[in-house]
Amino acid sequence: MAESLLSVRNLTKSYGERTVLNDVSFDVPAGSVQVLLGPSGSGKSTAIRCLNGLETFQSGNIVFGGKPVVQTEKAWQQLRTRIGMVFQSYDLFPNLTVAENIRLAPVKVQKRGREEVDAHADELLTQVGMFDYRDKYPRQLSGGQKQRVAIVRALAMKPDLMLFDEVTASLDPEMVRGVLEILLGLARGNMTMIVVTHEMEFARRVADTVLFLDGGKILEATPGEEFFNRPRSDRARRFLDSMAPLSEQEAPHLTAESA
Amino acid sequence: MELSGIEVLFAGSNFSRLMGGLAVSVRVSALALLIGIPAGVILGALWTLPSRAIDLVLRLYLEFFRIIPTLVLLFLAYYILPRELGFRVDGETVAVFAFALWIAAEMSDIVRGALISVPVVQVEGARALALGRLQQLRYVQLPQSVNLIMPATINLATRVIKTTSLLLLISVLDVVNVGQQIMEANRDRYPDAALWVYSFIFVLYFLACYPLAAAANRLEIRAKERIHG
Repeated sequence: MAESLLSVRNLTKSYGERTVLNDVSFDVPAGSVQVLLGPSGSGKSTAIRCLNGLETFQSGNIVFGGKPVVQTEKAWQQLRTRIGMVFQSYDLFPNLTVAENIRLAPVKVQKRGREEVDAHADELLTQVGMFDYRDKYPRQLSGGQKQRVAIVRALAMKPDLMLFDEVTASLDPEMVRGVLEILLGLARGNMTMIVVTHEMEFARRVADTVLFLDGGKILEATPGEEFFNRPRSDRARRFLDSMAPLSEQEAPHLTAESA
Repeated sequence: MELSGIEVLFAGSNFSRLMGGLAVSVRVSALALLIGIPAGVILGALWTLPSRAIDLVLRLYLEFFRIIPTLVLLFLAYYILPRELGFRVDGETVAVFAFALWIAAEMSDIVRGALISVPVVQVEGARALALGRLQQLRYVQLPQSVNLIMPATINLATRVIKTTSLLLLISVLDVVNVGQQIMEANRDRYPDAALWVYSFIFVLYFLACYPLAAAANRLEIRAKERIHG
């Protein structure tokens, strides 16, 4: 087995009586893409947010880069320079321009030189087709453009691991493809990624492993292609069926005639 | 002989005395604001930390200065504290520090309210980028609360300028008090002096407060433009 960049062991989290993550364990080999699938409320987002300390958990261990992670905000803050995250709601800072958004953390947190950071940012912005927007404010961008900038902002830290939390879920349909292509490009470039998504075709293309969650438990961790062809659990099969293309046969017979 | 009222403003050294009084009001307010506002920003920022101890201390501090009338505060600082502590400072210094404490208290509440109104996802975005607590405040939360903080701060500043009329009670002559002296001294020669002196003071206060309000408005509009478009 390849060296794991990240190992999660027995992660358990609850809000009072309600258990949202139940004994979750998985490994993320360096360079691999893990896709978290599952119905709404299954704990996917919570799980991914535990991996950079945005959520705390009651028990379990996380090992990152061979070192156990200490559960303090200070320790997490150090690690977050190596773990990039992109959110559903972009979370660009409206008071800063595109370039300022991207430059902020590398210059202020990582203490890198501004010129080097800007050159790196320009290169990344060019790759995602956003170079011409570097001096615009977030409010001047479309959702898809904001999300591309948010991805660049996370990449500008030169992270070892990227977390994507439903990054296309609030985009207009015609914006989705462009953002997913960027993720595919990153995967091809061997970026280690953990992706929460509802885009099945994309998941199938990108996943080295699918982690299928339901009710806070990982029901299966199956190689990507195999998961979509022959899921191991019943629950996953039903989930995939519900995501399948619409069919005439399964549509109920309804008539417009009133009784 | 009775004289036209408006001349009272320019008789003798009256005009320069009034302007001197205005200078005292503005100086005390400006110094108090200069100390009180940064202190209040720091306290307000501290207040957003998840600490019950800080919350309790700051709440007590704020309520203390809010409940006690400024007048009582000035008396306490000028007459009672020096006697108990055994040293004496001049009225203007006392006024500056008493006002500064009051401003810091009000300001901390303004800043805290504005900071916690910044959407949680913005703070999460900043945390995910490994920004420390202070950096989150400086680069994300404070800039995004400016358009809430500014008008409230200006409102506070004008309240402070107006409250300087209480300074007479601790032997500091501000513009209102100078005006009262002039009226009393000229009661016989200028029977309607009060109208002219108070009208003039009205204009002076307006001139002191209006630029402040105008500047605040401009800043507020600029902050809004940057954030909302």
